[in-house]
Amino acid sequence: MNEKSVICTRGLTRYFGAKPAVHDLNLEVPRGCVFGFVGRNGSGKTTTIRMLLGLLQPTRGTGSVLGYDIHTLPPEARARIGYLTEEHQLYGWMSVKECGDFQSQFYPRWNEKIFLGAIGHFNLKPAARVKNLSRGERAGLCLGLTLAPEPELLVLDDPALGLDPVAHRSLVESMIYLTRRSDRTIFFSSHQLADVERVADYIAILDRSVLRVCCSLETFRNSVQQVRLRFPGPPPPLPDIPGLLQAFRAEGELRLTCVNYGAATEQALRALAPAQMEMVPISLEDVFISYLGERGEKSFILSETEAQP
Amino acid sequence: MNFNIAISTGSNTPIYKQITDQVWLAVITGKLAVGDQLPSVRALAEDLVVNPNTVARAYADLMRDGLIESRTGRGVFITRKRKVFTREEGWRRLEPLIDAAIGEAMAMDFTHGELREAFEKKLGQWKSPKGGNRSDE
Repeated sequence: MNEKSVICTRGLTRYFGAKPAVHDLNLEVPRGCVFGFVGRNGSGKTTTIRMLLGLLQPTRGTGSVLGYDIHTLPPEARARIGYLTEEHQLYGWMSVKECGDFQSQFYPRWNEKIFLGAIGHFNLKPAARVKNLSRGERAGLCLGLTLAPEPELLVLDDPALGLDPVAHRSLVESMIYLTRRSDRTIFFSSHQLADVERVADYIAILDRSVLRVCCSLETFRNSVQQVRLRFPGPPPPLPDIPGLLQAFRAEGELRLTCVNYGAATEQALRALAPAQMEMVPISLEDVFISYLGERGEKSFILSETEAQP
Repeated sequence: MNFNIAISTGSNTPIYKQITDQVWLAVITGKLAVGDQLPSVRALAEDLVVNPNTVARAYADLMRDGLIESRTGRGVFITRKRKVFTREEGWRRLEPLIDAAIGEAMAMDFTHGELREAFEKKLGQWKSPKGGNRSDE
């Protein structure tokens, strides 16, 4: 497996009964990057994360994390991974400080300064009882507990879920702060495309158990183009356009969203003889929606690693 | 230095492009002058709360275009704007922008006269670039 990859999976698959939760996943996460793992609810993100961390047995397929086989992750490897769960499980009767003292006993390395820095960033008082904390405060505490062992690989399962704007900003700031160490990798799942746009170097999109996209954010954004064609009269019916994701028809106008826009697509569009043809800038969210929307053709897979034999 | 960068997510313009656009605009409108210092990549990234690689990408583009330079150990500075494009290349890049503006205007039923007037008015709000950087040396 690739030395530069912190996470690498081949054909990773998990069924729950007859239903695939994750199907044939080939994921590669380079060391030192911020990796956004995106998908709609129930698309298999948490199942993937649980398999990566050895918490759930895959039905088939293989994977490695920090160079270790995910089927047999030794405690030394686990100590180098920080995992923030969706649920923020904590003992309600403990104080914030007691949570830190308790957690620190499980790790060979524990940086109290980082723990205090993180809880300070979320304005938490060390003496506060966990049961009295808000959701955002619990998130801050859990983040502090996850960061203090200085993990090489940070896995955050939907860290933004349910956070108010202030706590949310603190979270994103913490993620940016962590990139100060260039050897640290952050793998986070999210629905928040704004977060992905701000912090991620790479994006992977899971859609109904299948990985549809795994590449740099820039490649993803550049891969989808929107073209506006103007016609003097009603637009002609559309023939087969290579890479067409979505078509929007208006009076005297066709607006087409295409993936892997190139010579073939351009030629097909020119053949429609539009009076005018221009590229329209498109937001990350629009790229995402046109890619996963109901009208999206399911056959397109965008990957930088896929091309390798 | 009377200069602030603000970015927004969800825009049609990628973040690195929002940064380069704003630096260009600040230089053109005189908010940034030759010799002014820009924040470091890390400082701007933490200020804007964006990935440092995005800021680095923006700075690399600005450096390639000769608008800023990096002085080792001292930081990033606005440099004299060098002519980066040949005249032909300049026209090649300008033309589609003009076409797009005219196309939009036509679709909204503006007349030639109205367009000319609007263009003149807008143009009047901008300083013509001083000698040097646009003359065909």
